[in-house]
Parts: sequence; C-alpha cells; structure tokens
Amino acid sequence: MSSLFPMQVRGAATRRRGKRLVGPVDMDWDGQGTRVVLGPNGSGKTTLLRLLHGIARLHEGQITWACGTEPARHAQAFVFQRPVMLRRSVVENLMYPLTLRGVSKDKARGQAETWAVKVGLGDHLSRPAPVLSGGEQQKLAIARALIGGPELVFLDEPTASLDGRATREIEGILQDAVASGTRLILATHDMGQARRLAQDVVFLLHGRVHESGPAEGFFDAPRTAEARAFLKGDIVE
Amino acid sequence: MVDLWQGLSQAFWLVVTLDAELTEIALRSLQVTFTALALACLIAMPLAAFLAVRRFRFRRTVIAVLNALMGLPPVVVGLVVYVLLSRSGPLGVLGLLFTPTAMIIAQMIIIVPLIASIAHQSLRDLWAEYHDLLISMNVTQGQKIRTLLWDARRALLTAALAGFGRGIGEVGAIMIVGGNIDNVTRVLTTAIALETGKGEFALALALGFVLIALTILVNLLIHWIGQTEREGRW
Repeated sequence: MSSLFPMQVRGAATRRRGKRLVGPVDMDWDGQGTRVVLGPNGSGKTTLLRLLHGIARLHEGQITWACGTEPARHAQAFVFQRPVMLRRSVVENLMYPLTLRGVSKDKARGQAETWAVKVGLGDHLSRPAPVLSGGEQQKLAIARALIGGPELVFLDEPTASLDGRATREIEGILQDAVASGTRLILATHDMGQARRLAQDVVFLLHGRVHESGPAEGFFDAPRTAEARAFLKGDIVE
Repeated sequence: MVDLWQGLSQAFWLVVTLDAELTEIALRSLQVTFTALALACLIAMPLAAFLAVRRFRFRRTVIAVLNALMGLPPVVVGLVVYVLLSRSGPLGVLGLLFTPTAMIIAQMIIIVPLIASIAHQSLRDLWAEYHDLLISMNVTQGQKIRTLLWDARRALLTAALAGFGRGIGEVGAIMIVGGNIDNVTRVLTTAIALETGKGEFALALALGFVLIALTILVNLLIHWIGQTEREGRW
C-alpha cells in the first residue's frame, strides 16, 4: 500500500536571485512505475527534481504527498548526475543511510555487502569509493539510494557520460527496483533510455510542464509542436 | 659556529645518556602540549564543523574573528591568563597560577583559533561536496557534524599537527603563567630561554635541537598512525 501517492503539485515554483527557475508547475501522479522528465538543456529538469524532493526551496505553490511532507522526505532518495561519494569505503558508503536510521553496524554491514554484490561491486567492498570509475560510482550511488527501501527515487541523468555497458547495468538495477515496487522519477537526455524506462513522460520547456502523459502517446503522437521538434532532434528554444 | 657544533654534540650526549633533567623537561613539554591539544581539538573541531554547516547571523564575522585570532600574541594571552589566575583575580581561588594546568590553559587559548580556522577550511570544502547528498538523506544537524568530522579526519589531523607545532614551541605565555619553576613548570622552551639568558648557548642550542627532533618525531608518528600518506586514502 502506497503512502506517498497520490502526489499533487499546484503552482510550484522556485527562484534564485529573484529569477524564477522553474514553475509554476502543476502535476499529479498516482505513482505508477517510472515517470521520465524530458526537456532541452536549461528547461529545468534538475531543478524540478530538486524541488519535488525538497532540496530546492519552494517559493510559490505547494507540493502535497498523501502521507504528509516530513514522512514523504523519509520515503524518498535522490541520485545525482555527478555521484557524491562519501570519503569512505564502498561498504561504508552503503552502510551510511542504514546507520543514520539506527540499524546496528553488523546488520547494516550484512545488507551493504548484499547490495554491493547485487550491483556488481562485491569485489570492491573495502575500496575507497572516490577512486571507483564513473560507472561504478553511479552504481554505488543508486545502491545507496535503494538500500533503505525508499518508495520513490529521484534520478537526475543517472547515466550521463557513462558508456553503453555501464548504462545497461544501471538500467538493469533500476528495472529490478521498479519490479520490486520502487517508483522512479528520472530526468534524462537519453531518448532511448526514456523509451525503455518510461511509463509516463513530463516534457518541460522554460521551467514549465509543456506536455505530459503516458509514454506511448508522447513518443508516438506528441501533441505540441515543441515536443515533436524535440523528439525529432531539432533545437527547441 | 663553534656553539652550534657544541650544541649539536651536547644534544647528542644528552639524548644518548638519557639525561634525567632533560627527560623530565621533555616529558613535561609533551604532557602540557598534548593535554592542551586534546582539549583544544575537543573545542575547535566541533566549532569548525558547526560553522561549516550552520548558517546564522554574523557567521562570517565569527569566522573572520576566528581567523584573526590565529595571530593572537601569546604574551598577551599569558598576561590575561595571569591576571585571571592570580590571587587577586577572579579565578585566583583555584590556585592554578605557576602550575602546569595554567600552562595548559594558556596554550589551549592560543591554539584553539588556529585549529578551528584550519579545520573550518577543510570542513567547509567537504560540506560543499556533501551538502546536497546529506540534505537529501534528511541528516540531522548533529549527524552532519559527525559525518564531516569523521570523513575529514585526515585533514583535521593536519590542523591538530599545526596546533601541536604552535603549542610545543610556545614560550611567552607559559613563561608568564608557569613561571619556569624547576621541577614544576619548566619545559623545553622556557629552559632554552633560561639558558640563553645565562649565556649557556651550547646547552640552549642542545635543548633547541632536542625540541626540534621531538617535534619532527611526533609529527612523523602521527602521520604514520593516521596513515595520511597511504595510497587511496584521504
């Protein structure tokens, strides 16, 4: 039974130095599968994710989760485009979110080792996380986000600048997470990835939701000229 | 030049023969400085982490003052501590003047701003790196501070070593509050000052060389314990 959903966003906006970066955004989601946020560079994809998760300050409007704001924050995780590695070993990075919640060290280590094996980092348990390759760091960041069993994970371009193999591995991890009931909101530039993972799509332009709907409909028959141009690969301003 | 050689050879023999007085003075130097360092670290490092993660009014001013206090004149610190601890002073009843405790207090006051400033720079950089991650993980203020202190521990070791260097070489303040009393508050630096005053340059130099050797040894030991130069560590 979902506690986060339905989610409602009404007139949400965030500003920096007086300039509105995103919004006003209206959005509803019943939390089915994976929602992909698409849009050209500078359209506000990252900022929207940060706003929904609560990292960016909400200056206008409201974001409502079924269970309330504070419990919702604890049921979510965020994976950044450039993975942030704690200056610790792989296994200690994975243990970190668990120990924050008061899980005993032994239990946390056991779970961390299981997750490290699951994402293909079983041979690197005691390696310092910051010296891993980009793909390994992103897998570790995703595992660290998933280890606490969040209901929803935000992913900001998780495979940007990674090679095909690392991208495939990461998508595999994400699909497993979705299969086990985790919902994803994913911002990506990679149209192929969007087609592979999305159940529904939000197309952003100039910080606003320009078009949204089920993935099939969006990719096969976009309603707006801008979305059509974007899908064609044209420059959208 | 002759004095230098005499100083070196005398230092060598003092160490080789484990001269009782030298050993006592050196041990007291280490005891005073390590105690002051431990107490200073307990104050300075959490303070540095707090300043790194918490935004409040006048925060920049506090940081600027802390940086300025790095250059705190030790003689003035000694004088203030002397006034506070002297019989007619507010803390005179404690009877701490001319004791190693008074020297520890003075050293601690001198090295807290130094350690806090250096630690703050490292922790501020680490906080910039960790900020979004820790916010997204709903980490409490206390957890943030603990995380930063733990993950920056090797950089903090450098801050502590800087504090040790300043403390062990300190003479002005501890001369005033310690009084350089034989067998009670005499440490390497005050002994050097005394021997120089008496014109015993060779012995003063010998003590100086012992002090330098001790400082290098402690630094090497702490680096080795902290494994700061090990590959793949921070």
